[in-house]
Amino acid sequence: MNDRFNLYRFAAPATFYPLAGKMIPWFVAAGILFGLAGLYIGMLVAPTDFQQGEGYRIIFVHVPTSWMSMFIYLVMAFWAAIGLAFNTRLSGMMARALAPTGALMAFLSLWTGALWGKPMWGTWWVWDARLTSELILLFLYIGYMALVAAIDDPRRGDKAGGILLLVGVVNIPIIYFSVKWWNTLHQGSSVNLTKSSMAEIMLWGMLLMALAFWMYSIAIALARVRTIMLERERHTDWVRQELAGDSQ
Amino acid sequence: MIYWNSFSDFLAMGGYGLYVWGSFGVTTLIMVLEPIAVARNRKTTIARLKRQLRAESRSTEA
Amino acid sequence: MPNIVFSVIARDLKLAMRRQADIVSALFFFVIVVSLFPLGIGPEVDLLRQLAPGILWVAALLATMLSLPRLFADDYRDGTLEQLALAPHPLGLVVTGKVIAHWLVSGLPLALITPVLGIQFDLSTDALLVLTGAILIGTPALSGIGAIGAALTLGLRGGGILLSLLVLPLYIPVLIFGAGAVDATVSGLGGEGHLSLLAAMTIAAIGFAPWASAAALKIALE
Repeated sequence: MNDRFNLYRFAAPATFYPLAGKMIPWFVAAGILFGLAGLYIGMLVAPTDFQQGEGYRIIFVHVPTSWMSMFIYLVMAFWAAIGLAFNTRLSGMMARALAPTGALMAFLSLWTGALWGKPMWGTWWVWDARLTSELILLFLYIGYMALVAAIDDPRRGDKAGGILLLVGVVNIPIIYFSVKWWNTLHQGSSVNLTKSSMAEIMLWGMLLMALAFWMYSIAIALARVRTIMLERERHTDWVRQELAGDSQ
Repeated sequence: MIYWNSFSDFLAMGGYGLYVWGSFGVTTLIMVLEPIAVARNRKTTIARLKRQLRAESRSTEA
Repeated sequence: MPNIVFSVIARDLKLAMRRQADIVSALFFFVIVVSLFPLGIGPEVDLLRQLAPGILWVAALLATMLSLPRLFADDYRDGTLEQLALAPHPLGLVVTGKVIAHWLVSGLPLALITPVLGIQFDLSTDALLVLTGAILIGTPALSGIGAIGAALTLGLRGGGILLSLLVLPLYIPVLIFGAGAVDATVSGLGGEGHLSLLAAMTIAAIGFAPWASAAALKIALE
């Protein structure tokens, strides 16, 4: 009973807003620390890859951004499910706050994938199953953002966006496997972005970088959700107090 | 511990400099621009909400 | 219960018959888009034969998109949708009926004209047969998935473009297996596997999509 009460209390914007504000610096600090450690290991300590030369170092941004782009979509779908099931206000705001970062991660994954592909495959773009799925994921992000932006009523936007996210998350595996099948049918490239035979030190670098991107995503999403909260709850007392007190 | 012999080696990335630094550069750029965009959006939103709030309180006083 | 499905189909078909021009326009859109490709690509027969399944499928996706904004819009405007939502039968069944009716006036005509267009691309009889079959089996999935997009964008400005932005990425599996069925047949692998997967997608889409659309409609009606 008490747990439930606490959960609802933290899910209330009036409580979550200051809490998020306090958490942001910690996530930023963690992100910077993980990022520096990951860059140190990945860029300075890790040896070269005997097959791909120094070009393999792109994976230290490519893999984390790809992971984050997929993970963020799943988190958004999770918030969407919570929002539709329990009708919580926070869920829709969280999904909205995460979307631009997820889209940017998908873009970065494509960008770094292209820069990796040019020296390795000889072309900027290959219709490889993973790159193609990543592109489709970017389309899904853009569709979500376009939909919630087009709906004036924020609550309706949250719910409609939530349904789209759930439909999307059900479709992602189907899309991924169909693209994969399409790719093998048309004899795609046999080179993979990530090598299973990666040296342990490289794996560490990648893991630290992934953590850095994770912390970054949380921090930026929290910062964005705070602004969304102020906007949404502008008629409530706590926002009036927040605005009256000289907060920046 | 450090793998590189010289700073120019590090920059050259074994001939892959353009691709490696192109990846890291754009990633860094986005990770700088996104927080700036969020902060600016926050500032304008707060300014607008304050203006609205003032306008509302003035209309209730009057 | 399924009576409601049939009565919605009958009603929507009757309404569609009053606006036959819409059906014919979408069909001509399909024909024109498909016919433009050889003009853009060149008259080389081998190349066109290879591209035909993809071209016809993409054109079919676009032609289906055209009629989707109308799926709920008219009923929404005149208040019928609200009544249907308040009625005792589940809204999902109503949407199922509307999806089937939509397919009958949009997907089915496309499939019927596909053999003629396939001949333009010099497809073999086998390939023609499989392509027509694939479009016949796959287009109901397009109507089903499209209904979700139509429900989500109901009453929004710029709804039509937004709708294609939402729905086209979700159409990709249907496109891949629809066009893939023809390729597999031509290359001698046999397209049955593709066609059965396509059928599975259609069944899943007709089974689940109407309920997601119904949820979206309820949000739009709130």
